[in-house]
Amino acid sequence: MNTFKGSKDYVVSDELMHAVNVSIALQKPLLIKGEPGTGKTMLAQSIADALEKKLIVWNIKSTTKAQDGLYLYDTVQRLYDSQFGEGDVSDIGKYIKLGKLGEAFTEEKQVVLLIDEIDKADLEFPNDLLWELDKMEFYVNETKETIKTRIRPIVIITSNAEKELPDAFLRRCIFHYIEFPDAERMKEIIAVHYADIEKNLLAQAMETFYWIRGLKDIQKKPSTSELLDWLQALVHSGIPLAKIKEEIPFVGVLLKKNQDIEAMFEIKEKGFTVKRWI
Amino acid sequence: MFITFFYLLRARGLKVSLNEWMILIEALNQGLCSASLIDFYHLCRSVLVKSEADYDKFDLAFAEYFKGIETPADIPDEIWKWLDEEIKLPEGFEKSYDDFAKHNLEELQRMLKERIAEQKEKHCGGNYWVGTGGTSVFGHGGYNPQGIRIGGEGRHKTAIQVASERNFKDFRQDNILDTRQFQLAFKKLRQFSSRLDGKKSELDIDGTVNETCDHAGMLRLVWDRPRQNAVKLLILFDSDGSMMPYSRLCSALFQAANKSNHFKDLKVFYFHNCVYEKLYTDPYCRRGHWIDTEWVFKNLGSDYKVIFIGDGAMAPTELMSKGGNCYVGLYNELPGIDWLNRFIQKYPKHIWLNPIPKAEWDHTYGSFTILKIKEKFPMFELTVEGLEAGIKKLLVSR
Repeated sequence: MNTFKGSKDYVVSDELMHAVNVSIALQKPLLIKGEPGTGKTMLAQSIADALEKKLIVWNIKSTTKAQDGLYLYDTVQRLYDSQFGEGDVSDIGKYIKLGKLGEAFTEEKQVVLLIDEIDKADLEFPNDLLWELDKMEFYVNETKETIKTRIRPIVIITSNAEKELPDAFLRRCIFHYIEFPDAERMKEIIAVHYADIEKNLLAQAMETFYWIRGLKDIQKKPSTSELLDWLQALVHSGIPLAKIKEEIPFVGVLLKKNQDIEAMFEIKEKGFTVKRWI
Repeated sequence: MFITFFYLLRARGLKVSLNEWMILIEALNQGLCSASLIDFYHLCRSVLVKSEADYDKFDLAFAEYFKGIETPADIPDEIWKWLDEEIKLPEGFEKSYDDFAKHNLEELQRMLKERIAEQKEKHCGGNYWVGTGGTSVFGHGGYNPQGIRIGGEGRHKTAIQVASERNFKDFRQDNILDTRQFQLAFKKLRQFSSRLDGKKSELDIDGTVNETCDHAGMLRLVWDRPRQNAVKLLILFDSDGSMMPYSRLCSALFQAANKSNHFKDLKVFYFHNCVYEKLYTDPYCRRGHWIDTEWVFKNLGSDYKVIFIGDGAMAPTELMSKGGNCYVGLYNELPGIDWLNRFIQKYPKHIWLNPIPKAEWDHTYGSFTILKIKEKFPMFELTVEGLEAGIKKLLVSR
């Protein structure tokens, strides 16, 4: 049986690991939510690496329709071919292009299918996929064929909670919310990315980072990926340690909004800010 | 077998379906949960709970149901101290679980009491006393499949501990929440209409097919106006001193409304305790930075939906009498309540959001004026749930 134990470049919490294994064993899609930058998308890659399976990514956009993931019937190509006499036009199957779901269903070996940011799509989108994800099969109208999976793929779905997902869809998933990592786990994560970072620098940067995250007046809190970028900037610039907490260099890497930067410096200086209403 | 737990979860407001319960049973049958309660906790949570907003409710229910399995609290300080020290496990420390004596919970608790009474010194790596790194049923850092854990760094937290920490309290829906969640709520405030003025910029496919057929196959394109949100919104914020504790909340709501670009129009003004002749254009409510309230009545049609945001707590005179305006040097001919009435008459769709919790409305400071206003306005709490209920109110046709 497949058991996920994390991979060497991805730090996974016990709870998440457990949720992944439950979802694999029960053959239910795993729905992952969490703050941006907590590694939701990375998880699928890590599962695929650890279990040595192929990863198929279906990126959802606001315009994506459920049908796109199943198959597309390329009528234009067929019309074109019929006019110029190229190929066998009577073979409709040739003009059926499988989408990402279709691709995952037709693979010979088990794959990991990532449906990334499902909440970006239309509200009804998840409902349109209920049957397909439940039964792992769909029917191609044009060729009167049923595409059915041989080995159910491991399905990972991520969501940023931009839209509420329908209950019927949720009932079929295993759910896990990735919490923002605490300082201990953050150290592990950093160690995975920058193994040889200087201890004092790390301590200073972490302290500053968690201080900023703790500020109530910050609207867009910096996340793991921002901390990693910031650390890189600090290491490369060789700024003296003492200045990190004092001046917070490259603050733009951590905070992406002008108001947040201003509010942060004001709090640093006076201990409070009045820039709340603006 | 835990069917009562299922009903407890439902009673505590979690929408657990039978379907999900069956999945849980299947998971248990497949042995996905070793005998530990913490694994069971995580398994239950990932299968039964589908939103981080419900994690807290789940934690509470879980702690309620399984609370009997807590570590007893009366451990002498001295034993705590022994337990706090470093653990060194002996080399090759391995033992089959079958070797351990089986105990049930009451038995364990009784044994622990006796053991505490007996124990006089520190112990490590043994199998009887309260200590670290051994196979005794008491202590921590050791191995015993069913012991009582006492102290130490949370190498393996107990499920009840985790559940009672209530780490997800902040995610509760009935809690006061941030911009993003307000924004989501605002998204529900929409009424689509294509009968607005605007450019016809969308291809009307049915129309095109009909027209083209009518013209014997000659292509005729038909355009239509895109469906647009027709909602116009007027938001009035109280930015009086008594609102200061809620300024962050108000700011979040303001940001959310401002970022929601799906409104046809959004106007925001500020007032001080109650509305009178003037409405301020910024939250600082300075003299001169204002417009006439009359201007609003004249220029913003009755199709605007109005949201008042304020605690409604003020001196009764400010609401009820002439000249009640508490700003020195400003005098109002019309009592505040009449100004509010004018808003109600002009704008049939109006609500009042109050940051003071609903339960306190009838006895907190300012309850007289709050209740007076509540007679006039449908009043809701300024929480995500309150806003959602208010938005529903704004959308229904009466």
